[in-house]
Amino acid sequence: MTTRLFDTFSTVASEKRAALVTYIMAGDPDRETARALLESLPAAGSDIIEFGMPFSDPMADGPAIQKAGLRALKAGQTLRKTLEDIAWFRTINSITPVILMGYYNPVYVCGVETFLNDAKKAGVDGLIIVDLPPEEDSELCLPALKAGLSFIRLATPTTDEARLPKVLSNTSGFVYYVSINGITGTATPDYSLVSAAVARIKRHTDLPVVVGFGVKTPEDAKAISKGAEGVVVGSALIDCLQKSLDETGQATPDTVKNVLDLVRSLALAIKDKG
Amino acid sequence: MNAPLDATSLNSLRIGPDENGRFGIYGGRFVAETLMPLVLELEQAYATAKTDPAFKAELDGYLKTYVGRPSPLYYAERLTAHVRALAKAKGLSGGAKIYFKRDELNHTGAHKVNNVTGQIMLAMRMGKKRIIAETGAGQHGVATATLCARFGLECIVYMGAVDVERQKPNVFRMEMLGAKVVPVQSGSRTLKDAMNEALRDWVTNVDTTFYCIGTAAGPHPYPMMVRDFQCVIGNEVRVQMMEAEGRLPNSLIAAIGGGSNAIGLFHPFLDDRDVEIYGVEAAGRGVDSGEHAASLTGGKPGVLHGNRTYLLMDDDGQIVDAHSISAGLDYPGIGPEHAWLKDVGRVQYISSTDQEALDAFQLCSKLEGIIPALEPAHAIAKVVELAQLKSQDHLMVLNMCGRGDKDIFTVAEHLRGGM
Repeated sequence: MTTRLFDTFSTVASEKRAALVTYIMAGDPDRETARALLESLPAAGSDIIEFGMPFSDPMADGPAIQKAGLRALKAGQTLRKTLEDIAWFRTINSITPVILMGYYNPVYVCGVETFLNDAKKAGVDGLIIVDLPPEEDSELCLPALKAGLSFIRLATPTTDEARLPKVLSNTSGFVYYVSINGITGTATPDYSLVSAAVARIKRHTDLPVVVGFGVKTPEDAKAISKGAEGVVVGSALIDCLQKSLDETGQATPDTVKNVLDLVRSLALAIKDKG
Repeated sequence: MNAPLDATSLNSLRIGPDENGRFGIYGGRFVAETLMPLVLELEQAYATAKTDPAFKAELDGYLKTYVGRPSPLYYAERLTAHVRALAKAKGLSGGAKIYFKRDELNHTGAHKVNNVTGQIMLAMRMGKKRIIAETGAGQHGVATATLCARFGLECIVYMGAVDVERQKPNVFRMEMLGAKVVPVQSGSRTLKDAMNEALRDWVTNVDTTFYCIGTAAGPHPYPMMVRDFQCVIGNEVRVQMMEAEGRLPNSLIAAIGGGSNAIGLFHPFLDDRDVEIYGVEAAGRGVDSGEHAASLTGGKPGVLHGNRTYLLMDDDGQIVDAHSISAGLDYPGIGPEHAWLKDVGRVQYISSTDQEALDAFQLCSKLEGIIPALEPAHAIAKVVELAQLKSQDHLMVLNMCGRGDKDIFTVAEHLRGGM
């Protein structure tokens, strides 16, 4: 685990609350706006930032993140630019962990070694690569761990007791529990099933468990955050961003403001012990 | 001719994939964790079924009485004469003897049904009642809808909105058969997007759903399983050619989109090293034009849809749109076993343009009274070229993997409007 992730989870634990993990897409709707969001998310209450690497064929994502990726690609975002964006962010923020999330192909095409070197240099803390299950650990997971980057694994409702140790074996940083069977930003999870699943994962690992997929409102975030070390909000932020765009899909003065307002309300809900 | 190798020999080209689903560096299981247990369960179920004589007997029974197998091996006499005349005009003495493997005569009009029958038998053994499929030209969708109707299963077919438009007759057929056709509006709205959407459905409906993939691609065990079900094509050709000519063919040729009809014909002959094998990709408006679907000729290795294989993509690893006049070939990837066979040099991969396919479509219709699908028309175009260069005792087998009824409107439009 990088010290930034370790420190963040320690701080959050000392405040007796869950971490707020926010997902935005690099380059969406344009590079400048995404950078402005990146810069302001920590002050708005985001403890950890997941920075999406756009991909043309996001098989595990729902309509909101699919569209975000296409907007970013259309605006000219590339993996190289995404890494530059993080290096830029690190010149103004050295404490908020940044996790890159996406699909394997752009990384594979860049070259695993080059990518890991550049990501480490840019100040990336960890990776979530949706289409690399433990069966493919030799591809990127093991090299990433060797390079000092966390490789955060997704555990899902289909990951049964027998499979869980395999999923957890090389995971580091935290465990990302996918609360529904499905794609991002669609169904709302059943909270009682989620807390049972989180408890089950905790019997197998000391790592923090963070829950995501389908967390839309401050109320969802509050409910889900009980018993977990963190909660991820992604599609809801992207939806909010999308609604603020003008008819040609360009950012408006409301874009950054509206997304940050939503982040603030999510952060408040998580801190609220009521 | 060398004796065929035992498929368990280390020198055999037929032993792949390994336990991780790899053909060399290709293949694998690049799927989200939610799907991983399902993929493993499928692998287990298939391994059990494969060795169960009852499964084989049941499958063979339906292939015989419902699909109409074996499909004939037909001597294309007039096409052969045409090729010999072309050769003679150039001062050559050649002109191979051309045979068609008539898989377009199968129930539903294409080779797709061989695989679908196998997968549906397997789905039923696994207790799955909801079947999803992706389709490009609609042939796989029609075959899946057909078997689902036959066995009373729910069927949902994902089809790119562009393909829904250009393959209307097949959309209507699927609907007649009781399937729900979902037009996919994301991405380039063709086959790759249909596959993305089918994967999204599968990840959402894991408990009830069997994903019937239409080509020899996707996460392991699909490339192996689909190949095995399609190998009925090549296995029949071995027997039929021995009956017709008393020897094996000298060359095999088939069109390649994802590559299932081709691998089904090729695989039983991979260890017969004297047999030349040609796979024909869709070059669209030309491989140099950038508007094509020739992943092996114009692509590079990458990871998409659960497997590593050759893909059409840009320098940033973003998948680019494929183009072909044939919706069935319009896919930016290719089955991983073909990727491996290209790298080891066992199969030669060549390509035909839209125009060449259209010309071959008309030629075959007029000379043989067989209207081919646009997919095998790509291979017919290369048969005409290659056969001229071979001697007259050379036996060439083309896989006529589909019939052209579905394409007549597309072709008519192109003939009226030019390319």
